[in-house]
Amino acid sequence: MDSKAKSSAGMTTYYVIYVGILAIAALQVVFAYQHTEGAAMLARMLVLAIIQAGLGVMFFMHLRDEKRGLLLALIPATVFVLMMMNVIWSDSFRLIHMRAFPK
Amino acid sequence: MSEASVAVGGHAAGMMEASPFAIPSKKLVMWLFIISDAVTFGAMLFAYGYVRNASPDWPHPFQFSPSIVNVMLMTFILVTSSLTMLIAVNHAKTGNKSMAMRWTYITVALGLVFAALHIREWMGMIGQGVRPFQNPWGASLFGATFFSITGLHLLHVVGGVIALTVVAMRYGRGRYTGDDIEIWGLYWHFVDLVWMFVVPLVYLLNVAR
Repeated sequence: MDSKAKSSAGMTTYYVIYVGILAIAALQVVFAYQHTEGAAMLARMLVLAIIQAGLGVMFFMHLRDEKRGLLLALIPATVFVLMMMNVIWSDSFRLIHMRAFPK
Repeated sequence: MSEASVAVGGHAAGMMEASPFAIPSKKLVMWLFIISDAVTFGAMLFAYGYVRNASPDWPHPFQFSPSIVNVMLMTFILVTSSLTMLIAVNHAKTGNKSMAMRWTYITVALGLVFAALHIREWMGMIGQGVRPFQNPWGASLFGATFFSITGLHLLHVVGGVIALTVVAMRYGRGRYTGDDIEIWGLYWHFVDLVWMFVVPLVYLLNVAR
């Protein structure tokens, strides 16, 4: 297979991912107009956004073609830092009810 | 033999440390920048979530037309610009310099259209009376979070447009290689990924009903 043929074969995958990401974006708009409770709506939106981002990172940014060590060095550390940010929620919920923390 | 002479001798004998993860150092630096920038955007979105959750009168100002339609168009343009960037990188890898430059410039043009639509969206919000610390509808911090998150993203888009233009020009003159196109392509895709979180969290969770 010459380089031109290889190149067009590789692009076919990207076209599929491109259409998939746009379809997920459209699905998010549909979900936004459904009468869903706040937390469920947030969960749906986040799951779809994470799928979009995952497709983008693995295919558009070619992380799946790199050595697995690079993925293991970058992704778990990032996810860990973002997870640690979740400590703010208890204070956020306290604020909306204006309750002091129990002593 | 001293340690220094061993090191020098080793270097001269071609015993340099291998490139980490078998990628160019420039690419690794871009990945590390992207990770740190992702955490920055993450922190801003968490701060927005904190304020939104703690405000009982959080505004839901985004009408289907013009705001959501505009945002859908912006998403389409940004995702399409990622595709055009991939085409540019593909041509750069196969050594087709003129096509790589052409597709990079198409990506730049799409980035400029995105920025123009973004500014139109801002002007619409400002026209409705939204300011960083006041708005006509409710929680005063709505404007601060809206302008800071979308503004930081817009800054990244404008920075990417400038960087891609410079890289494409230097690639054309032979000062940069196809690797540089690929590395700045990574940055451009990252800007696209951030938008995938900004749209649902900032716009779609606050649609007017």
